[in-house]
Amino acid sequence: MTAPALEARGLVRQFGGLLATDDVSFQLAPGARQALIGPNGAGKTTLINLLTGVIKPSQGAVLLDGEDITALASYDRVRRGLARTFQINQLFPDMSPIESIGLAISERHHGGADFWRVAGGRRDIAEEVEELLTTFGLIDRMDEPTRFLPYGKQRLLEIALALACKPRVLLLDEPAAGVPEDERHDILRALAALPGDVAILLIEHDMDLVFNFATRISVLVAGRLLCEGAPKDIAQDPRVRAVYLGEDAHG
Amino acid sequence: MRPHEQRIAQHLHRRARWRWSEIAFWIAVVVIVFVIPSRASLINEILVNGLFALSLDLILGLAGVVSLGHAAFLGVGAYAAGILAAQGLDDPTLGLLVGGLFGGVLGLVTAPLLLRGSDLTRLMVTLGVSLMFGEIANRASWLTGGADGLEFTMGKVLGLFPIGFTGQRNAALYSLVVLFVLFVLARRIRQSPFGLSLTAVRENRLRAGALGIATHRRIIGVYAISAAYAGVAGALLAQTTAIASLDLFDFHRSADVMLMLIIGGAGYLYGGIIGAALFVVLRDFIASATPQYWEFWIGLLLVVLVLTGRDRVSALVLRAARTIMPNSLKQGGSA
Amino acid sequence: MLTILIDGVGYGMLLFVLAAGLSVTLGLMNFINLAHGAFGMLGGYVTVLLMNRLGVPFLVTLPLAFLVPALVGVAMERTLYRRLYGSSPLDQVLFTIGLVFMAMPIANYLLGDSPQQMHLPEWLKGRYEFAGFGVGVYRSFLIVVCGAIALALQVFLVGTRFGARLRAAVDDPTVASGLGIDVDRLFAITFAVGSGLAGLGGALAADVVGGIDPSFPTKFMVMFLIVVAIGGTNGILGALLGALLIGVLDVAGKYYIPSLGAFIIYAVMLVTLIVRPQGLFAKGDGR
Repeated sequence: MTAPALEARGLVRQFGGLLATDDVSFQLAPGARQALIGPNGAGKTTLINLLTGVIKPSQGAVLLDGEDITALASYDRVRRGLARTFQINQLFPDMSPIESIGLAISERHHGGADFWRVAGGRRDIAEEVEELLTTFGLIDRMDEPTRFLPYGKQRLLEIALALACKPRVLLLDEPAAGVPEDERHDILRALAALPGDVAILLIEHDMDLVFNFATRISVLVAGRLLCEGAPKDIAQDPRVRAVYLGEDAHG
Repeated sequence: MRPHEQRIAQHLHRRARWRWSEIAFWIAVVVIVFVIPSRASLINEILVNGLFALSLDLILGLAGVVSLGHAAFLGVGAYAAGILAAQGLDDPTLGLLVGGLFGGVLGLVTAPLLLRGSDLTRLMVTLGVSLMFGEIANRASWLTGGADGLEFTMGKVLGLFPIGFTGQRNAALYSLVVLFVLFVLARRIRQSPFGLSLTAVRENRLRAGALGIATHRRIIGVYAISAAYAGVAGALLAQTTAIASLDLFDFHRSADVMLMLIIGGAGYLYGGIIGAALFVVLRDFIASATPQYWEFWIGLLLVVLVLTGRDRVSALVLRAARTIMPNSLKQGGSA
Repeated sequence: MLTILIDGVGYGMLLFVLAAGLSVTLGLMNFINLAHGAFGMLGGYVTVLLMNRLGVPFLVTLPLAFLVPALVGVAMERTLYRRLYGSSPLDQVLFTIGLVFMAMPIANYLLGDSPQQMHLPEWLKGRYEFAGFGVGVYRSFLIVVCGAIALALQVFLVGTRFGARLRAAVDDPTVASGLGIDVDRLFAITFAVGSGLAGLGGALAADVVGGIDPSFPTKFMVMFLIVVAIGGTNGILGALLGALLIGVLDVAGKYYIPSLGAFIIYAVMLVTLIVRPQGLFAKGDGR
């Protein structure tokens, strides 16, 4: 039996008196399409930050492909194949999509210790840049500074950047957040086109997206994992409904 | 070849291409040095300060790290070269290398201090280092000449060209060559993947880390390079003026060079030289009129610059450039 | 040795009054005000000029040495400083350096560049005997007055409602304004008091530093910054302890190991910043 692509074991995180993450354990299989849902303040982003190494757990461990990465810095985890997107766009405002993606790919190839060669001198990098730009529909705005792109395109670039790292595990933090209705289907399409061998954990509020995308759903409430299972089971689970009662659910 | 590959490659290359304006700039500089020999020492001052400002541009303009104590490296480089010459090792090229080495090592050692603490802590650390070395230079007067400064004579450059009081135009040419060589090197660094990663670190450190970039190592690296450049500037200054003095470590030096860079514009490498030229020429002009109050006008310029918004100014310029030449971006970004 | 200690404590107390305003401005508004020394210079000039040119008694000038910079501070805060509250540290540094660069030549133009000497009233001059050591009268005066100021500040911060609002705003300005606290007015008053304290400190310092001259701001800016860096920006106590430490170390250092001079202070600051970047006396992970 192969090791899970990503595993959390007994993760605990305290902020002063607040228990933001309460003994969370789960496994993400290779090629998984899993979603993490939960009401606001449940601690979903904290969990992502724990998994990616932005914050350290008070207790517990994170394993990538069976290897314990709990002590690794976040940039090291990226190099090992764990990438993420941010709930609020974290992009490079004055760099163009070409440059941003080009940088990500270049870093992956030779770690940026290259003082000498001109960026963009390599053909294979340029090819890969074009592929990603085409997949995410960013070709027609590709050489403008990111700050001038419409929000939906920026959100797509956010995902493209994570993918440029050729991750084995991808954590998506509310990719559709704030995207206007008419640009939503671009996000949906991009998500559907993600490579099959990448394990994906999707955090989302948009239930349409969740039920369209996920083959497995975990529910996080007040820092604890309430339950986990196939989408239709979760949809019918009375505890989940109770948690969401009063919430403006799309699904 | 894929349809857009050409365009993509060209876009990535745009930082590397030498523009006509750049070539014209350097030709103009060379011409000025030859055509106005009577002002050679002033021109030399501009060139040396330009190199110093370039060093600051590497860390401030490229990586976005504020330093209030870059004079530390200037002073260290100057004294390293000066002490070497005073001991009889007066070959200028050797002095430059040693000055750069000492500056770089000091930068490497102090860089980790920059990575912790708040903005104020960082400012204080950079300022503190420069003041501390100033004090050390002051106290170690057996080595540095203390408050009197260190005087020495330089040998000939490459054994052929004398610099110093009788060779002022030679000194300016010497400085120009050093500046140009280091400039080309800096330009190469800026256009490399390393340089691009620095831009990323400056624009969004969080995201840079999320792409697998060990941001602190990059910053340490570019800080050391920047410090080495400043060390060379210091050595050059000492060699072309035949003296190394304590005021090189002063806060004023660090503040002045920052001002030069801000006036000229940070981030595209030419700003330091342009700013140094404006600063030195202005100072020369105003000082002859009202010597004590030069500082007032500089202060006023700073205040006005900040209040009107440096970013807004360069963003306006960017938008104007785009309307004139669509789809071609101005080189570099704002700091 | 007691003499040195008293001298050091006196100097430290003085530094505290001078730096307190900077510490609070930084802690509250996250604003790096390198022009703080200029307010000190202003207060120093007020006192010295009133005494020398108009014969006003020393103690009477002190409230004015507080008030004038406080008023100038409010005026500047309302018109200029507030535009830069959200700006990058670089902008704040450049702006305030610019202000200092403007203030010093103005002082030079109006008053010349030789120091305006402070002539202490008779009852503050000289030394007296205490436990077998000679102790400076003025130093003792400084300790008493500055200590009283420190105490008053602490009581004010902890005991009054304004103080409570100030502390809330320091902890979290967004939450504070959500609670209905007028953060704007808070900033203005705080800045005024901080500048006023600087001015008072400048007036008190006139004798210790050999007169007030236009280079006062840059000469002492470094000392203020060191005090704030070491003391942290979380409260009065931190600033006080930091100032005392620096004062004693500086005086004792220059007396016992003159060959090292100011080196000691810089080294202490660097070591502190390496070991505890938020300041020696700050609580937890300060700013």
